[in-house]
Amino acid sequence: MTWVNAIVQGIFLGGLYALFACGLSLIFGVMRIINLAHGDLAVLGAFLVWSLTERLGISPLLAVLPALPVMLAVGYLLHRTVLARSLRGGPLTPLLTTFGLAVVIQNGLLQVYSPDVRSLGGPAGGVATGSWRITSQLSASYLGVLILAVAVLVLGGLQLVLRRTAFGREMRATAQDPDTAALVGVPAQSVYARATAIAVATATLAGVFLAIRSTFDASSGPTQLIFAFEAVVIGGLGSLWGTLWGGIVLGVAQTLGAMIDPQYSILAGHLVFLAVLAGPRGRSFLARPLRARRQRLT
Amino acid sequence: MTLLTVDRLGARHGLLQAVREVSFELAEGETVALIGANGAGKTTLLRTVAGAHPPSGGALRYDGADLAGTAAHQRVRRGIALVPEGRRLFPEMTVEENLRVAGHRGRPGRWTLETVLAAFPALRPLRGRLAATLSGGEQQATAIARALMTNPRLLLIDEVSLGLSPRAVDQVYASVTALREHGACLLLVEQDLARALSVADRVICMLEGRVVLDAPAAGLTRDEVVTAYFGGLARRP
Repeated sequence: MTWVNAIVQGIFLGGLYALFACGLSLIFGVMRIINLAHGDLAVLGAFLVWSLTERLGISPLLAVLPALPVMLAVGYLLHRTVLARSLRGGPLTPLLTTFGLAVVIQNGLLQVYSPDVRSLGGPAGGVATGSWRITSQLSASYLGVLILAVAVLVLGGLQLVLRRTAFGREMRATAQDPDTAALVGVPAQSVYARATAIAVATATLAGVFLAIRSTFDASSGPTQLIFAFEAVVIGGLGSLWGTLWGGIVLGVAQTLGAMIDPQYSILAGHLVFLAVLAGPRGRSFLARPLRARRQRLT
Repeated sequence: MTLLTVDRLGARHGLLQAVREVSFELAEGETVALIGANGAGKTTLLRTVAGAHPPSGGALRYDGADLAGTAAHQRVRRGIALVPEGRRLFPEMTVEENLRVAGHRGRPGRWTLETVLAAFPALRPLRGRLAATLSGGEQQATAIARALMTNPRLLLIDEVSLGLSPRAVDQVYASVTALREHGACLLLVEQDLARALSVADRVICMLEGRVVLDAPAAGLTRDEVVTAYFGGLARRP
């Protein structure tokens, strides 16, 4: 029964990883950028919600509502001012740019909020601590269920938007062939900016849930980036349902690893990631950029 | 009335000057065939007019306004559409999605999903198929239909019949003829000389980036075109 519990807790944890991975997957899928600042943008969102919670004295789950439009705007402007320029510099420039951005965000947060470790668990109240007891050894925390439900809604909703709406079609067309998309009237930069806005907003959701679930500080971003990246690769690129699945596989691997010995928790996740990377899917991931380098003359 | 004026236009790929001081005009409702050997600069010329390739000199005037600084997606809005070489459909989207994505931002006009499917009845049963699974002829028809969805006033078609079976070429030309009847201006690259001469009002022949022949199709003999095409063999050492 404890193993069943470990798997259930792993699925809940996987919901959080999937939520982190969602924006990373979207930006990589549409723009072919690996956003190294993704984890730090999530932490930035968590700090924004923390400030709102402190100032207004409301639950972080309510403070998220005004924070999301702000972070959507941050994402949009981030693309318009920084990423759009760096995209013109070839495939390596965005990687360096987002790395620099990560350093800037981390140090900015350190300056403003000090290196104190914080949590939104307290202000969130009963949601953070309560749980449903199913049997004596199996329980489902309110927060775990909430995070998983939000992850399914966000990833499923985005997938639906991509499949069914005009905006989604434009995003897929731009992802598949930006030059040709321009030739049928789709402005790639505007599509990219909106994709970045959505990615930063979903990162904020993930950051807030992380902050409610455990603790965070100015340097929490990179660890979350690694988990998100692993979830994206395990789930397969270009599919948001795959990302959800990847997050859950990573979460379950970590909780099962922790069952053997707590020190194996993170390691078990890394091992699953490496196994996938060594498999056929990993090879196609590594080969992908080569195919994009087709050049046409005359 | 003149729709497009190409004035001493140049375009380069790095050090290679692909298009050199090309000048010509296109009138509304006109069909012009662009011919020339491989590497003559036809594709680059079309891509430059569509805004997909930056010019290195000269000017483009469309519908009375200079096109400099107008991005490719804005030119689509103003009525310039390019059917690119190699069709370039969105492979992981269905035929219908390929058409819809183009219809969303184009010029408003008579071409909608319904009217386009009526003009290309062969596409109707393929609506739900992924573009990557289509045959060459089906892809070319979809690519032309996709360009139509933007309601172009100037339609540029690169390599109309390349890689198509003779029957598929007939189908594509049948749809091109339908287009002309609705007053669009057509500039098409065609390797099949007989086709080019029979479809077009005018023939422009390029050689090494320059226009070497620009004449009405009606009075042209095959020999004149061949001479222009190969650059007058007598001049070569």
